[in-house]
Amino acid sequence: MSRVLSYVEKDTWIHRLSGVTKLVFFLLWSITSMVSYDTRVLAVMLVLSVVIFKASKTSWKQVGSVFKFIMFFLCLNVLAIYIFSPEQGVKIYGTKHVLVSLAGNYDLTKEQLFYELNVILKYFTVIPAVLMFIVTTDPSEFAASLNKIGVSYYIGYAVAIALRYIPDVQDDYAKIKRAQEARGIEMSKKAKFMDRVKSIAAIIFPLIFSSMDRIDVVSNAMQLRGFGKNRRRTWYSAKPLKKNDWVALTFTVIFCVGAFIITFINGSRFYNPFV
Amino acid sequence: MSEAVIEFRDFSFRYRAQKEPTIKNINLTINKGEKVLIVGPSGSGKSTLAHCLNGLVPFAFPGEITGEYLINGQNPEDLGIFGLNKMIGTVLQDTDGQFIGLTVAEDIAFALENDCVEQAELFKRVEEAAELVSVKDLLHNSPRELSGGQKQRVSMAGVMVDDVDILLFDEPLANLDPATGKRAIALIDEIHERRKSTIIIIEHRLEDVLYRDVDRIILINDGMIVGDMTPDELLATDLLIKNGIREPLYLAAIRHSGAKISAEQKPQHIESMKLDDISEAVKEWFHEVDIPEEPVSDEVQLEVENLSFSYTSKKKVLSDISFKINKGEMLSIVGKNGAGKSTLANLICGFLEPEHGKILFNGTDLSTWSIKEHGEHIGYVMQNPNQMISKPMIFDEVALGLVVRGVPEDEIKSRVYNVLKICGLYQFRNWPVSALSFGQKKRLTIASILVLDPEIIILDEPTAGQDYKHYTEIMEFLKKLNKESGITIIMITHDMHLMLEYTHRAIVIADGHKLTDDTPAKVLTDEETADKAYLKKTSLYDLALKCGIDEPSEFVERFIWFENQEVRND
Repeated sequence: MSRVLSYVEKDTWIHRLSGVTKLVFFLLWSITSMVSYDTRVLAVMLVLSVVIFKASKTSWKQVGSVFKFIMFFLCLNVLAIYIFSPEQGVKIYGTKHVLVSLAGNYDLTKEQLFYELNVILKYFTVIPAVLMFIVTTDPSEFAASLNKIGVSYYIGYAVAIALRYIPDVQDDYAKIKRAQEARGIEMSKKAKFMDRVKSIAAIIFPLIFSSMDRIDVVSNAMQLRGFGKNRRRTWYSAKPLKKNDWVALTFTVIFCVGAFIITFINGSRFYNPFV
Repeated sequence: MSEAVIEFRDFSFRYRAQKEPTIKNINLTINKGEKVLIVGPSGSGKSTLAHCLNGLVPFAFPGEITGEYLINGQNPEDLGIFGLNKMIGTVLQDTDGQFIGLTVAEDIAFALENDCVEQAELFKRVEEAAELVSVKDLLHNSPRELSGGQKQRVSMAGVMVDDVDILLFDEPLANLDPATGKRAIALIDEIHERRKSTIIIIEHRLEDVLYRDVDRIILINDGMIVGDMTPDELLATDLLIKNGIREPLYLAAIRHSGAKISAEQKPQHIESMKLDDISEAVKEWFHEVDIPEEPVSDEVQLEVENLSFSYTSKKKVLSDISFKINKGEMLSIVGKNGAGKSTLANLICGFLEPEHGKILFNGTDLSTWSIKEHGEHIGYVMQNPNQMISKPMIFDEVALGLVVRGVPEDEIKSRVYNVLKICGLYQFRNWPVSALSFGQKKRLTIASILVLDPEIIILDEPTAGQDYKHYTEIMEFLKKLNKESGITIIMITHDMHLMLEYTHRAIVIADGHKLTDDTPAKVLTDEETADKAYLKKTSLYDLALKCGIDEPSEFVERFIWFENQEVRND
């Protein structure tokens, strides 16, 4: 069984980077992508994202289902923007090129399409970065990194341990699902959507209860081995920053600063091809 | 002159949420370097006592302490849980759950990390600890890739890395197959020898722990110490049986023969026990017991033909398995953890599809049936009832399978009530599930399967983690069900007592192959089979040989039959 969204050990230069580097990259990259609506910047970022994603040798199996899930939200998001503010593009770019006239003020404008294209671009620049970050970063090393950049190790460990238990919970989920199906709760596509939603409850409750048991056990085990004794702790899996890390960090910082400059040089976050 | 490391004086403890104290007025001294076994039935307070030692009581589970207790001469309440951790290392029973790190190395390092030991030192000490329990080759593996026994070794390393001088094992055998359990006990013994640590083992599987010597057994029941003596002394008394602890099988057999057991005979190990005049009595008893023939149905119900399966293309989990099961049988599928028995059950239930071969139910090929259709004929009961129960109310939980099948309401009511009566849960029908004990929850999950009227039920480890009383309760219930409603019961287990006492046939799976298919008595008296399947030869076998009985498997069968008669008469 392939596990969705969990760290898989592979030997690529991305995997060898320290968690701190990847975390910093991931944060700066996301912030830049969120702030900038400059299509040129986003396009470059998109290309780089794809290249980096390829370099990480992440397989479709690892991320496919999550990707589809995000795509679903992307479509919802894009539709919602149009439904709730069909004139957003016009407002932003200051011109109005109507392509098709629809009922009421629902015109389909070039500006709106361009604006929504930017939204989609943003998604696509961030998604590969997020997925790559998750599947190439050893969770405990990630916790160590968080701690290193000043986050309390409690938080870092909470994240790491959640990741540690994802595969176990996935196993539990599969086991519970089968047992419930055998009792007659239809989970396959044969059942109606609403029925399936209701059936999910039949899995979620046992899953929550058995996960609570796990939490109990693990928190006792952690306490018994001195977790929380001191204000700081050391990490077995911490990786010191190496040359490649500094190169990657320098590149990331320069790139993001550059992206900000290009984005804001014309006075707004938007690149306007209509004037 | 021995030095006391643990002292309890008139010690009592009451959990904050409870009215009555769980530990009552205990006086106990454990000396440096001693190896002590604490036994007691579920709810006797033995786990609470362990928690008092490692500091979970009162620091994680608050309550009221009266009396005095000292660990290494210091008051635990002043030391705090972290101070106690430095002296007492605990290996918990759940080998899966206590695994904190993502790799073996990190898990072993955990305690040191919390002590801010520098990385270079971490690497060194982790390696040393791993060496001690021979898991050095596994340092970079994830917990999921380890077997139960390996996980336990890692847990031990994680505790010993900290140089604690008292080691506390909380039910170390609970999740292990018999052979792995035996090795765990041997490892604990080795550590005791080598490090001269004080060892405290909490278990109810007495016979398995006594595989290696312990200095003292402390028997607890109802929060009080009811016995504190050497194993030989304790085994000569009837205190164990009186307090719901199963005595070693060979001793039970000797008692049945009417012979007396005394401490002088050294009853701790059958191999070295002096049998003298006992032999004759046992032999005589063996010839007296006569098992009546029981009629067996010869109507084939389930047929597995050349079944093969693999999760990935590389390694076959099951290869070429064939057997037939008759209607109304009660049998066990046994083998070590990871041998493929759960996969086999999953295939029979239709959760997985066979790669080769087929499964026939009453002559029909099952390959085209959906999981739901399978479920109407072959019910599956999971090991952990908490993973099956999805409704807050007992009635609703049992009714669930009928409700989703659109059965009319009054029929649901009558069928649910009927099943609840069979399962002894009728008086609780309007209660919430949370009010039930673990054993009752287990019966509830069986009820929720039974209500669908399956012809076969498959139970995964039905008695895992249960003490003797609850074990007997669940198994007697299943036996009655099998007898009275003729339902076929298949149990997946590595519990040797269970297969021996409650099943007439055992299909042994080892490394994906069917090793044997024979009576449990034969399986457990055949050294080679037992070895390969990670089972353990039963001590009854040794007893039979020592007494000069040349049909050991027949001896085992007569013993079991006799025991069952006794249980029924109780």
